Amino acid sequence: MDNESQYSGYSYKSSHSRSSRKHRDRRHRSKSRDSSSRADKSVTIQTPGEPLLDAESTRGEERDDNWGETTTVVTGTSEHSISNEDLTRVSKELEETTPLQCKRFVGPALGGCLSFFALVTPLAFLILPQVLWRDALEPCGTPCEGLYVSLAFKLLVLLISSWALFLRPPRATLPRFFVFRCLLMVLVFLFVASYWLFYGVRVLEPRERDYRGIVEYAASLVDALLFIQYLALVLLEVRHLQPAFCLKVVRSTDGVSKFYSVGHLSIQRAAVWVLDRYYSDFPVYNPALLNLPKSILSKKMTGFKVYSLDENTTNNSTGQSRAMIAAAARRRDNSHNEFYYEEAEMDRRVRKRKARLVVAVEEAFTHIKRLHEDEVASSPKHPREVMDPREAAQAIFAPMARAMQKYLRTTRQQAFHSMESILTHLQFCITHNMTPKAFLERYLSPGPTMQYQQQNGRGRQWTLVSEEPVTSALRQGLIFSLRRLDFSLVVTVTPLPFLRLGEEFIDPKSHKFVMRLQSETSV
Amino acid sequence: MSFVPGQPMCVVAQQIEIKKLRQGDHLILGFSIGGGIDQDPGQNPFSEDKTDKGIYVTRITPGGPAEAANLMMGDKILQVNGWDMTMVPHDKARKRLTNKKEDVVRLLVTRKTLEEAVKHSMGYPNQCH
Repeated sequence: MDNESQYSGYSYKSSHSRSSRKHRDRRHRSKSRDSSSRADKSVTIQTPGEPLLDAESTRGEERDDNWGETTTVVTGTSEHSISNEDLTRVSKELEETTPLQCKRFVGPALGGCLSFFALVTPLAFLILPQVLWRDALEPCGTPCEGLYVSLAFKLLVLLISSWALFLRPPRATLPRFFVFRCLLMVLVFLFVASYWLFYGVRVLEPRERDYRGIVEYAASLVDALLFIQYLALVLLEVRHLQPAFCLKVVRSTDGVSKFYSVGHLSIQRAAVWVLDRYYSDFPVYNPALLNLPKSILSKKMTGFKVYSLDENTTNNSTGQSRAMIAAAARRRDNSHNEFYYEEAEMDRRVRKRKARLVVAVEEAFTHIKRLHEDEVASSPKHPREVMDPREAAQAIFAPMARAMQKYLRTTRQQAFHSMESILTHLQFCITHNMTPKAFLERYLSPGPTMQYQQQNGRGRQWTLVSEEPVTSALRQGLIFSLRRLDFSLVVTVTPLPFLRLGEEFIDPKSHKFVMRLQSETSV
Repeated sequence: MSFVPGQPMCVVAQQIEIKKLRQGDHLILGFSIGGGIDQDPGQNPFSEDKTDKGIYVTRITPGGPAEAANLMMGDKILQVNGWDMTMVPHDKARKRLTNKKEDVVRLLVTRKTLEEAVKHSMGYPNQCH
């Protein structure tokens, strides 16, 4: 059962139909629209999207990535290559009703076209004269062939490095333009356009006959493209590697915090970076563990009941309320005591259940053993049924089921682990010869959020809330937050300190020691 | 009696005059000292502040001149004949006390009980504070 109110982040592969999900999405869409009408800028940043909040309806099970309501930006690959995914995405236009959605494909499509264009241009430069005025061309022997070879290899290198660097499925859609990427695309476009311009005016028009010059010209274009790729590598991949800032990420609901070191990034890129690490570093958000038990808090609520029998209550009402507040404040002093005992009691209960669980699991695991190939299968008197892992898991699950369920209830984890998932995990552990302790590791401590994600290719929707424009660079004192439905991550930026490293040489022979003196002399 | 090196110290002190006794070739005073700036202050059983590197009286020979002059075990010696003893090495302290040319040593000593005695008798708090 998919309870979005509690577990909004985790998409259970429910058997909901498309229509009901659409309906749910529409409800959520109105909710998210309200929340986005705030004073500070609130733009959507999405990791490849999970449609709990989205306006779109479900897609097929393809591994696609670009969801989002307000993305205006380039997501896909770079200016030098095309990805098949981009192309298929463009071609498979789904039921996007709002016209804003078309903008999303403009970026990757543009990038793909530009890179294709850039790669084909040198070849076009070479081929066009041959096609158009072959007879008039001066013959060009060995030097041209040398240039052909170098051109071919450079193009090959360009292709391979584009594939290696840029042909990766995008992991996030950013709310605003990725400045560096746009810059590079513009640069490539200008380069290629100016080369074509020059080519058209100086070569095609007058039907230039010096073929060697044309080949050299094409080679210079390929060189320029290689340098632009170097620039892209530095700007997109290398510049942010050297750490410059320390980000403190705090989850707003339970205060779990982590510190990370990042380099020079813009706010939106830093947000994506943080979210990458969030899924594997932060323990999963369990809303059931948040509040103090009602029994402690509610005691404060029963204060004094003050009845005023007087006609004019204005004079002494303030006095009375002050007395009430003071009395209530004095009474409140005991709740910390109760909290302490309640916590101790809770700990004790959890430990007791855990002990029972561990014993039950250990016992259960002793019931089966792996059958080796060379063992005699069975003797006629004691037939042994040979089981596959699934059946073995089911067989030993029964004795431990109750203890497991009670333990999960006590630690409020029962929503994260269904019986099916426990059976699957048990089967996995049996197959890999794990001990009971290894099996239990998943349940005894809350794992990182990633452990509870379903692999469905849909992403998660996060909203980046920031007072500064999200393409501005990180600097000291910046605070932005990443919001989901029911919790948010607040990120504070501090620069890493400048280190002044000095040097001190210690002679190895200088390590000498004496005994401590405590003499007493008589005078 | 804790003191910070370099800052003025405020203690109640007592003047004790000891006449040296001739014993064969030596002039003895009849007590033993411990401490000094080259010694380990943590081992001093008599000091309140374990970083105090002053000179302390560690033993008094019974029947000696020191006992007769009411020197007590655990006293901290502040001055000997005007020479400072709060910041001296152990050997220097010994030398100041065993100067063959002097017959009499005038010590300025302090101990905890002095302060309390003064407080009780005078009835007002120590003027140092």
